[in-house]
Amino acid sequence: MKCQDGNRGKFNLLGLVALLAILFYFAPIHFNEENLNFGVSVAESAEPAAEASTDVAASPYGPAPKTTLASYPTIKGINGRVVIWLVAQLHLWFAAFVLAVPIFVFIIEAIGMRTRDRRYDNMAYEFIKVSITAYSLTAILGGLLLFSLVLFYPDLWGYLATIFKDSMFWYAALFFAESACLYLYYYGWHWLQGGDRKWVHLTIGLLLNAVGTMLMFLANSWLTFMMSPEGVNAAGVFAGDIWPAIQNHLWNPINLHRVVANVAFGGSIVGAYAAFKFLSSSRAEDRAHYDWMGYTANFIAISALLPLPFAGYYLTTEIYAFSQQMGITLMGGIFAWLFIIQAVLIGALFLSANYYLWCCMGRSDGAERYYKYIKYIAIVIVGAFLVWFTPHTLVLTNEELKALGGPYHKYVGPFGIMPAKNTAVNLMILATFVSFLFYRRANKIATVSWVKIGNSAQVALFVAGVINIFILGVYYGYFTNTVYKIAASIPQVCTTLAVIVISILIDSFMYKNAKEVAPLKWGRVPERSQYALFLLAVSFTWLMGLMGYIRSGIRQHWHVVDIMRDNSADAFTPTMGFAANVVSIGTIIFLSMVIFVFWLSQISAKKVEPENYWAPEAVDGAVGKGGGG
Amino acid sequence: MKIPKLLQAVLVLAIVYFGFILVFDIILDHVIPSSLLTMYMFFVVAGVFMVYTANEKSAKELVAPIKALVEDPSKKMIRNVVFVILPLLAGWYTYEKTSLSFEAPVELRTIHPAPPSSMKAYGKRYNVLKLENPFRKFEKTDPKKFKELIAEGAKVYIQNCHFCHGDKLDGKGPYAAGLNPTPANFQDVGTIAQLQESYLFWRIATGGPGLPKEAAPWISSMPIWQDFLSEEEIWQVILFLYDYTGYQPRSFGHE
Repeated sequence: MKCQDGNRGKFNLLGLVALLAILFYFAPIHFNEENLNFGVSVAESAEPAAEASTDVAASPYGPAPKTTLASYPTIKGINGRVVIWLVAQLHLWFAAFVLAVPIFVFIIEAIGMRTRDRRYDNMAYEFIKVSITAYSLTAILGGLLLFSLVLFYPDLWGYLATIFKDSMFWYAALFFAESACLYLYYYGWHWLQGGDRKWVHLTIGLLLNAVGTMLMFLANSWLTFMMSPEGVNAAGVFAGDIWPAIQNHLWNPINLHRVVANVAFGGSIVGAYAAFKFLSSSRAEDRAHYDWMGYTANFIAISALLPLPFAGYYLTTEIYAFSQQMGITLMGGIFAWLFIIQAVLIGALFLSANYYLWCCMGRSDGAERYYKYIKYIAIVIVGAFLVWFTPHTLVLTNEELKALGGPYHKYVGPFGIMPAKNTAVNLMILATFVSFLFYRRANKIATVSWVKIGNSAQVALFVAGVINIFILGVYYGYFTNTVYKIAASIPQVCTTLAVIVISILIDSFMYKNAKEVAPLKWGRVPERSQYALFLLAVSFTWLMGLMGYIRSGIRQHWHVVDIMRDNSADAFTPTMGFAANVVSIGTIIFLSMVIFVFWLSQISAKKVEPENYWAPEAVDGAVGKGGGG
Repeated sequence: MKIPKLLQAVLVLAIVYFGFILVFDIILDHVIPSSLLTMYMFFVVAGVFMVYTANEKSAKELVAPIKALVEDPSKKMIRNVVFVILPLLAGWYTYEKTSLSFEAPVELRTIHPAPPSSMKAYGKRYNVLKLENPFRKFEKTDPKKFKELIAEGAKVYIQNCHFCHGDKLDGKGPYAAGLNPTPANFQDVGTIAQLQESYLFWRIATGGPGLPKEAAPWISSMPIWQDFLSEEEIWQVILFLYDYTGYQPRSFGHE
């Protein structure tokens, strides 16, 4: 059965890739050069006409199309924007998942090879098995997105295809390579075991990751071009060199942000899978296995979550640097309200991650010693979180407005800007790390003679780190100019990372050859801890949907910022309620599909031997040939 | 006497809630916005219950009184009272929140409207993304001239702007009380300290009518100052705003 499923998956993928290749091949013929003018003269389409005209004369490419309402086909009254929004988001969710899973499967497989602990290998295989079905869904949704773009936004698609046609061919080729690597990696798992064969298998995993990452980077260049176009002049005339268009201002910030976020998101989805299996298992050994799996997936998700805010700052800083207008629309303008929801969701991620760790301390009999500290960690996290989501612009009733004498709050207002947020998030990260440190220590008793000195050094390290974070946040954040304000976030991050790394080093030496209080009891966790894993996955998914909308939405009425205007009936920023509903519907669809994928992996492990169904000869014959699937 | 966990949790929440009101509304004399307090309390409640349910023993102690209330036959009377009071409280709260009132609805205003990428003023087009204050360079090259320009800006400010924005630039000028929304407070860290000078030029030159279409209505009473001030005067007044408040305009290059 597996072979048949796999073949079907391959058929889907190969079909889609062939389709992509055909569309990419024909798109430039239809849309490039003189056809791209769409009957509009160069002078008409160029905004600063004088600047554009010289390039237009030299370039074989036309300017960006000037669309009218008639350029956007309507099909049976369907809202093209909402269709593309949902399909693109669903494609992205699945793509993030299937790109992330191989990253940590590779790491887990390598850990298994190093420790020779077979459980890691089995778990890595189970992870990749989950991603196989998701891979087909990613490809199907990618095809659907392409159809939707061609159908609803033909001029935009034509313009992008003209500029990126070469990279689109490479994209299709890389898609073949990724499929080949993934199927070899998955189907060859049990075949390539032991000695050099295992190394070959691991290398295929590395290749799979390299190809997958390149694929994502290529697709990222298309969407970042729409936000920060380069390689074209003011009228959108393509200069002919694709590299500047790919390497546009926001390409690398998005690349970095997406790689880190994908790992966190993928980890959370696999964590939800483990929670699902844990809650639906009745056998103690299954619960122990899925508890361990959930813990590992959560560990990966949280490890990637910790640096994620910093990748986000980098991206936002670059958005501001590219365009103050986009930056303000994002953080201070209309989208600022959605950032409050974003802040709440990120806080929910931190809270659920910490709660999971606290609950998981129950696996150890030695955890009792650390329970009394949990309330202090909670105070720091909740306190920092309150600062984190205090909005820049407060929602005030008229009474409050009158009482305050204006929309500015003397004491809460300063929490609304980035220096306060940076300080808060660094503290949240450190507090989460302390939770992890306690979890790690819960079952151990250090035997080295310098335990007191080690603990004191760690406390001193944390105190010094927190003081430094405060000085950087308060002094540089509020009493210097914006160059230093923004720059101060870097030493803040470095402080946090330094505290974490040095603390881990001290801890690993201190707990080397430590005594175990008792064997860890995998599976002995309250069921509510598993709901924390679900919350983590749902929050990540919703958050990605929301941020995806915001990132795309800050282009406002432009398809390609300042170059190609959106003249469709939907060229307006939807209300926040509408946007939140679309993101929620997308989240529900995605999670339903993920549950379907989980269920598929569950039924694939089930085998029913029907009584008196198969003729005895046929069964014997199959067994005799060594077949049977 | 050991306080039951459930009561402890309720007491902690009450202390935090009234603590916010005591600190902000009474001690600091700056009310805490109810929308913010609701959000704060939501997560404080979450945090408190997470702490109390972090381990099995504590979780069992926390829910024990609730379990007893529902299951213990001897608590029939109190159970009935609670089961009547709780829905009534929920109903009252819902009614309070949804009933019609004469209070104007809350408006989601944004402090910083997004500037356009280019703008028209003084009969020409400016690229707002690249626009710089032509006088800023004198801060380094000719400090004396720079001070004179600031003094010119101060004059322009006092003659034209302080009526609304105040002589301390805190948004509390003599006319401020008559305006809603109130004039911008330049002393606040969230206003000019976060912005490039080109942004201020756009807002001053084009005023309320120049605000973007999104997030309308802005109901800003800022005049179109290009009709009354020269381009140089606007740049001078911008120098004064930063000089007086001690903030530096947002920039992306080191000095």
